[in-house]
Amino acid sequence: MKIAVLVKQVPAVDTVKIDEKTGTMIREGVEAELNPLDLHAVEAAVRIKEARQDTSITAISMGPMTAQKAVRYAIAMGADDGLLLSDRKFGGADTLATARTLARAIKKAGPFDLLLAGERATDGETGQVGPACAELLGASVLSYVSAIEELSGEKVRVVRAVEGGHETVEAKLPAMVIPVKEMNVPRLCTLSGKLRAKKADVEILTADDISMAAEETGLTGSATQVVNVTYPKVTRCGRRIAAADGIDAAIGEIMKIFEDKNCLEKAEAV
Amino acid sequence: MSAEVWTLAEVRGGKIHPVSRELLAWGKELADALGAPLASVIVGSGIKEQSASLAAYGADKVYVADAPEFENFKADITSATLAEMIEKYKPSILIASATTQGRTVMPMLSSRIGCGLTADCTELAIDRESKRLIQTRPAIGGNVMADIKTKGRDPQMCTVRPKSKRPLSPDASRECETIEFAPKKELLESLVKFIKFEAEKSVGLPLQEAEIIVSGGKGMKNAKNFARLEELARLLGGSVGASRMAVDLGWAPYSAQVGLSGKSVTPRLYLAFGISGAVQHIAGMSGAETIVAVNQDPEAPIFRVADLAVQGDAMEMLGGLIEAVKKYKGLQ
Repeated sequence: MKIAVLVKQVPAVDTVKIDEKTGTMIREGVEAELNPLDLHAVEAAVRIKEARQDTSITAISMGPMTAQKAVRYAIAMGADDGLLLSDRKFGGADTLATARTLARAIKKAGPFDLLLAGERATDGETGQVGPACAELLGASVLSYVSAIEELSGEKVRVVRAVEGGHETVEAKLPAMVIPVKEMNVPRLCTLSGKLRAKKADVEILTADDISMAAEETGLTGSATQVVNVTYPKVTRCGRRIAAADGIDAAIGEIMKIFEDKNCLEKAEAV
Repeated sequence: MSAEVWTLAEVRGGKIHPVSRELLAWGKELADALGAPLASVIVGSGIKEQSASLAAYGADKVYVADAPEFENFKADITSATLAEMIEKYKPSILIASATTQGRTVMPMLSSRIGCGLTADCTELAIDRESKRLIQTRPAIGGNVMADIKTKGRDPQMCTVRPKSKRPLSPDASRECETIEFAPKKELLESLVKFIKFEAEKSVGLPLQEAEIIVSGGKGMKNAKNFARLEELARLLGGSVGASRMAVDLGWAPYSAQVGLSGKSVTPRLYLAFGISGAVQHIAGMSGAETIVAVNQDPEAPIFRVADLAVQGDAMEMLGGLIEAVKKYKGLQ
């Protein structure tokens, strides 16, 4: 079984700090890492490989040359090889242009039986690239997957975490499976994995390599355009009280908010 | 007259879901600014009879694609059908809800028809000069707000967060035109087969639709304490949320996790008990209308985003509140 996992390099949120005064994010000194939600997609692929001897995993990403680090991390977790789409022409791509570019590369490197992608990246937070890319490849789309129950050469049966419950569905391969965090606990990289990742080949593909014209990709190929950016204050500087000064008064304050918000009308008996 | 503004009604369990009404409230503002008709498009099975109910919430027209194949929401055939409808009726704007359905079908539609899509918008407006849609969305955990315009082919498409706008007051006297759309047979063959659905036994609405969220973190100290959050949630008609830490400790299911790697929520009231407020958590809840935080630590970062910050023991405050609400309700 040939598996492709789509991964993205993102700013590490753990290293993000908030400026106390302005309430905005301090961007300096932010490190890059493999998108945390992509780890679950890589983990899912590696578990399939552990259960099926004939499996190969290719980690695919698009980004600057430094994004090789994210691809290598996926290899260190257990992917066999990697592919990075890197070209100035890809820069500034929106989700549509990104999906188009990834789909072209997947077609060239494939065919794959199974595609995996993270639910969304912690920087852009759109979650659009996976389904958009799968549609271009004619693959079944299985989003919000909490468990892969069965996988054969022809089909996959998964459980999806949707509003109010879990849905079980079955789809023909090729399929794009998009896990949610609930699916698994990503492994830590072993030392031997890290060594292998260091030596592994990460193929670099440019726009020319995948015959992508400039107007199909990057900023020029994008259908959406950021026209303005603002940095809102997250801080509210609300009122502070201490329970030690009187717990009944503190409870009273919150009860007043419940009343203002009409929370007490809907209340039901326990 | 300007091209129509469309909203994608959501069908769950064979019924038009209330989130569809919120979408009409979004669409109404845009349609009025453009002087365009507002239409809702419904793709489902056996939903024709319910379609007129959307008129009361602002729809001038309802497009209905009703076929048994649409039972149990199939993203692929829904996307294919919407593409055909768009080709035929040429709307200028299409708004869907950022639910698991909307977030799956809209990107598929976007690449199918080659139109741009903006995720998870919190504000929509019409640019006065260009008459184009300005879509505002948070990124990087709400630390950046980006205004986005769609260029190229229409429709301009976006998803909006559930619960970020109230439906219009229903006007039962309003009527709408219903247009039935019969999709081609070959469009109705889904690659995905529905097997079963198991409802989750959780308190209240799914988090993203909840108006009140009672959330807890590590400060709840143990699973038994954490379970008491449910009692307050039930009393207030709300849902239970959790920090990543509480989920990792097994006190709450992943579906309850609020934050960057969980859910982004926008309730009217968010109560945080024993949550210190890591950047990732705040990213998922800072859009709440009112935030009340209870924490022992006076330096807890959550206090910075709280409208009311109570320094104190989370369990003691929770217990006191449960009693107070019960008393208010005459339940004891």
